[in-house]
Amino acid sequence: MTPETKEEFRDALRRGSAVAIAAAPFAVLFGAVAVDNGLSIAEATLMSATLYAGASQLVGVELFNHHVAPWLVVLSIFAVNFRHVLYSAAIAPHIRHLTFWEKATSLFLLTDPQFAETERRADRGIRVSYLWLMVLGLSVYVPWLFLTILGAFLGNLIGDPKAIGIDVLLPVYFMGLVLGFRSRANWLPVVLASGAGSILALHFVGSPWHVSLGALAGIIVAALLPLDNAEAPSGDVVEGEA
Amino acid sequence: MESPFHTQTLLIIAAGAIATYLTRVGGYVFITRMKRIPPRAEAALNAVPAAVLTTLVAPAAITGGWDVSLTMAIAFLVGLRLSLLPMLAVCWIVVMVIRHLIV
Repeated sequence: MTPETKEEFRDALRRGSAVAIAAAPFAVLFGAVAVDNGLSIAEATLMSATLYAGASQLVGVELFNHHVAPWLVVLSIFAVNFRHVLYSAAIAPHIRHLTFWEKATSLFLLTDPQFAETERRADRGIRVSYLWLMVLGLSVYVPWLFLTILGAFLGNLIGDPKAIGIDVLLPVYFMGLVLGFRSRANWLPVVLASGAGSILALHFVGSPWHVSLGALAGIIVAALLPLDNAEAPSGDVVEGEA
Repeated sequence: MESPFHTQTLLIIAAGAIATYLTRVGGYVFITRMKRIPPRAEAALNAVPAAVLTTLVAPAAITGGWDVSLTMAIAFLVGLRLSLLPMLAVCWIVVMVIRHLIV
């Protein structure tokens, strides 16, 4: 290992562990809720292994319990995960140099924190390597899987998530990620538009559409505001553009 | 339970997994097909992290009750100073104090 790869490995592992700790309660919670809603431990584990997207997994198992049509369960999972389309488009310039299979495998691990960390690394002008992406992703994925199994075995022992304060962990964590991007162009108008848009959409349209609609509000604002080339981060220049 | 898997559950999980993977590669495939990305589209993409992540924060902060709202306000202030893990620790302590000592 060259010192450079060692540094990449260490950086990815350190960031991945922080994510894994923040996500840990939700993996346990998912395992417990899944078994509570009639899934077997094997099915809950399979869901964590193949979907690997916490919010949509919880929505999915919630619907299992209500005996809704299968296609509606799948559509709901798709709707909750739709934001990943925006993520993979946004990180495209940073992962273009990877081979086909490197892209195919590293994109499987694309989650909210994986996306945010990738953008932050590119913002600092560091090349995003395959090793870094995989170490970051797998250091979240592997604990996610094991903690799902643990949660499934513990089942109802967890009790009320509010009483042990784990319901605020993810919103706080996402707040931290949002603040991490505050040096970007038009950050405040985008955040205000998305915040207002998501609250209005939640009220008038309902979950999970408030995520896509709220995000759309912020993105439209960013596209309409005057372009300020001086503030554009140099790491975000798209390949092929003159 | 005689079998660890049920056919219908298995099919839903498989379809959900495929749908999820498509969202993860879809944006990349779409954007790289475009010959040249217009500056306004680039500005829009640049806003994606803050725009999407905010939608996961704002409704929770407003509809979660006053204890959650207060915790999120503190999270905002703390987040301007501290990194993610200390921020999580502070906010977890805050919400536990509110729920078990004050209420």
